[in-house]
Amino acid sequence: MKQDHQACIHCGEDCGPAPIQWEDKSFCCQGCQTVYQLLNDNQMGQYYQIQTAPGIKIQTDQLPADDKFAYLDLEEIQSRLLDFSDAGVSKVRFFIPSIHCASCIWLLENLNTLHRGIIQSSVNFPKKEVSITFRDEEIGLRQLVELLASIHYVPEISQQSLEKTEKGKSSKTLLVKIGIAGFSFMNAMMYHFPQYLPGSESLETGFRVVFGWLSFLLSLPVLFYCSSDYFLSAYKSLRKKIISIDLPIALGLVTLFLQSSYEILTDQGIGYFDSLTGLVFFLLIGKWYQSITYEALTFERDYKSYFPVAVTKVNADGNTTIPLNELKAGDRILVRNQELIPADATIEKGNANIDYSFVTGESIPVSKNPGDFVFAGGRQQGSAIELLVQKEVEQSYLTQLWNQEGQQRAKEAPMANTINQVSQYFTVIIITIALSAAIYWNFSNPEKALFAFTSVLIIACPCALALTIPFTFGSTMRQFGRKGFYLKNAEVIEKLYRIKTIVFDKTGTITHAQSSRIEFKGETLTDEQQQLIKSLAFHSTHPLSKTIYESLEEPKTLEVADFKEIPSLGITGKVNNKTITMGSKYFVTGDQSGDKELKTQVWVFIEKQVLGYFQFENSYREGLQDTISNLDSSYELHLISGDNESERDNLVPLFKDHARLNFNQSPTDKLNYIQQLQQNGQPAMMIGDGLNDAGALNESQVGLVIADNIYNFTPACDAILQADKFASLHRFIQFTKTSMTIVRLAFLISFLYNIVGISFAVQGNLSPIVAAILMPLSSVTVVAFATFSVNLMVRKRGL
Amino acid sequence: MSVVFVLIIIGILVASAFLLAFIWAVRNGQFDDSYTPSVRILFDDPTPKEENESDLSTDKPQKKQSK
Repeated sequence: MKQDHQACIHCGEDCGPAPIQWEDKSFCCQGCQTVYQLLNDNQMGQYYQIQTAPGIKIQTDQLPADDKFAYLDLEEIQSRLLDFSDAGVSKVRFFIPSIHCASCIWLLENLNTLHRGIIQSSVNFPKKEVSITFRDEEIGLRQLVELLASIHYVPEISQQSLEKTEKGKSSKTLLVKIGIAGFSFMNAMMYHFPQYLPGSESLETGFRVVFGWLSFLLSLPVLFYCSSDYFLSAYKSLRKKIISIDLPIALGLVTLFLQSSYEILTDQGIGYFDSLTGLVFFLLIGKWYQSITYEALTFERDYKSYFPVAVTKVNADGNTTIPLNELKAGDRILVRNQELIPADATIEKGNANIDYSFVTGESIPVSKNPGDFVFAGGRQQGSAIELLVQKEVEQSYLTQLWNQEGQQRAKEAPMANTINQVSQYFTVIIITIALSAAIYWNFSNPEKALFAFTSVLIIACPCALALTIPFTFGSTMRQFGRKGFYLKNAEVIEKLYRIKTIVFDKTGTITHAQSSRIEFKGETLTDEQQQLIKSLAFHSTHPLSKTIYESLEEPKTLEVADFKEIPSLGITGKVNNKTITMGSKYFVTGDQSGDKELKTQVWVFIEKQVLGYFQFENSYREGLQDTISNLDSSYELHLISGDNESERDNLVPLFKDHARLNFNQSPTDKLNYIQQLQQNGQPAMMIGDGLNDAGALNESQVGLVIADNIYNFTPACDAILQADKFASLHRFIQFTKTSMTIVRLAFLISFLYNIVGISFAVQGNLSPIVAAILMPLSSVTVVAFATFSVNLMVRKRGL
Repeated sequence: MSVVFVLIIIGILVASAFLLAFIWAVRNGQFDDSYTPSVRILFDDPTPKEENESDLSTDKPQKKQSK
């Protein structure tokens, strides 16, 4: 007898059988109702009108504890967090991952209705940032954050947000450069155009001189400011004895400029300034097109963005909040519900129930008792615990693993990619042609020798060549992004193309992180028994109980008497005068032999009888089989998991080879495994999700992270894949091959143009008009071809 | 024909003005966020009191009070 449940007016989720009612509206939980009431009291009901059910659901027990934000009262942290603070007015920016719709923007920009102390707030939606100007006297930083948390927009404040880096600066400079280059290009074109028309010889010489010098002036900022990056990187790569694509570009630009200036000075013509400025303009556009970034995503996160800013230290005379970097080994700290363990420690007091899902991807928490050792990175669920810090933050196991990696990566040699390989041959060939043309003319007509030499360098300037990669990969990246696959930069596409081996993590990567499959083994449960179990589970906050509660479909729960929860063992209580006990095998049956059981089980005992147990199994992501079998034909697949072997039998049919299935692997093992694979000359891709994969992700050619919520924490990586797009993984990887084919075709086109151009140049016939037509034309053709064919192929492949 | 020189100078001055405006806009952060303003413009003006909706005649004086 299933009834139609109502949807929560706040968050849109199913309210379940017993919705919370308030003013004739149904809510799924207390948290949603509180926010609704708060907004309603402040006449902010419009929030619910802009978008239906825009709210964010946070279970009451997952709400941050009261003094979670106490550290914001610390002077030191305040001054690092605030953008600006003067005369009682402060400005601050918060990253709020849960911003997702127009209603969010509306609410966050009308914060001043909620509190008088807020002067103004504005949202940057792509960055998921809100910047707030407020009066210190009326609302402190801590109250401000608590206000945001109370409407379920919890800002993410971490170590990394304290170390502010100006990210947008380089993109601004690039825009300015494009503006200047475009300005010079358009004007230079105007001055050059009359010269290309028939009858231009009869123009007054005065015009030619003025136009020539004006174009000369216009080209100066383009050469010295806009294209400075090309000269710099050409110089840098030369010092490393590499011929990059920037070298022939720089060579071409310089030759263009010198030849044109020479023509103007000697009054022979007005040179090629239009081609010069146009070239730089197109190159910069290519750079800009390639540099799209997903502003709200971060690929560079290290443990700092994950760890808290401050911790509560337990002293003899009470608790104090100290910044994380002042934490030392030997300190006693308090970790509350939903707080993170910042350093390796032992438990002093309390019952720890630690969720390592960020670390391992495993959703079922681990119980620990006083005296046990806990690793940094876990999240406590339940009541507060006291810990004795054993190692400093920087020395903790996971953070250390990470720090080593950062150094290794920096040492890596610059990539040997296609464009650099091509440009090596290209540069050598062009210089050879130029020299042979010069030598030939030196004998037949010495006046033309120098001109032929420069002409070849000018016309062969690999603008079109340099634009192929940015536009092909840029378009591919955009298409991927639209489909839920986000790349760190365009280079990743080529790396993806080169990989030979794919290594999967298990938990959270090929299995669902948040849901596990539950199966009851034993006698079939009657409706009444189900109801009893559900009623008892309702009273426990343990995640396993919650999962059981949600899996049973009985609509009603009954009163429970004598409810008792024995930490890390189980729960017991009386429902309908029947005693029920649920928990570990030992707790329920008294049998200790089953300790080696590999799977998580919850045993059930009702009235003198053991009925059986609930078994929790990982549920695999949809489309796993398809994806694996598709990838299997062209890649070597491996699996590496930190878990026990319980799933081996399920996985062997997929991966086919026992040797490629590795269980019980520590984070360091994973890293070494990847290292070994790659030493054998096989570029590998690591697909993972948690901090324990961080080392391997970093070490591999391409580190891919699967994330259920892409704005939540992800370890440093090269690419992020939305978890629900997992079934398309093989299509994405295979599409990189198509991209490379398109790149090769575009190379071919630009070579053809070059052959035509060079045939003019070696004859010493290169006139400014040929350059002015041929060079932009080749660039435009290549750009159009690249973007068009990528978009076409994406549609054709049904990506 | 010398009027052409004057026109050229005017032309380049106008173009420079636009270039400067563009540079100013970039520096000022006009291109930082190309999405949010498009949403923001569609929001209604704040209606601070709920009575506004029910009684339109008293709309204006109440708005003044609240500010």
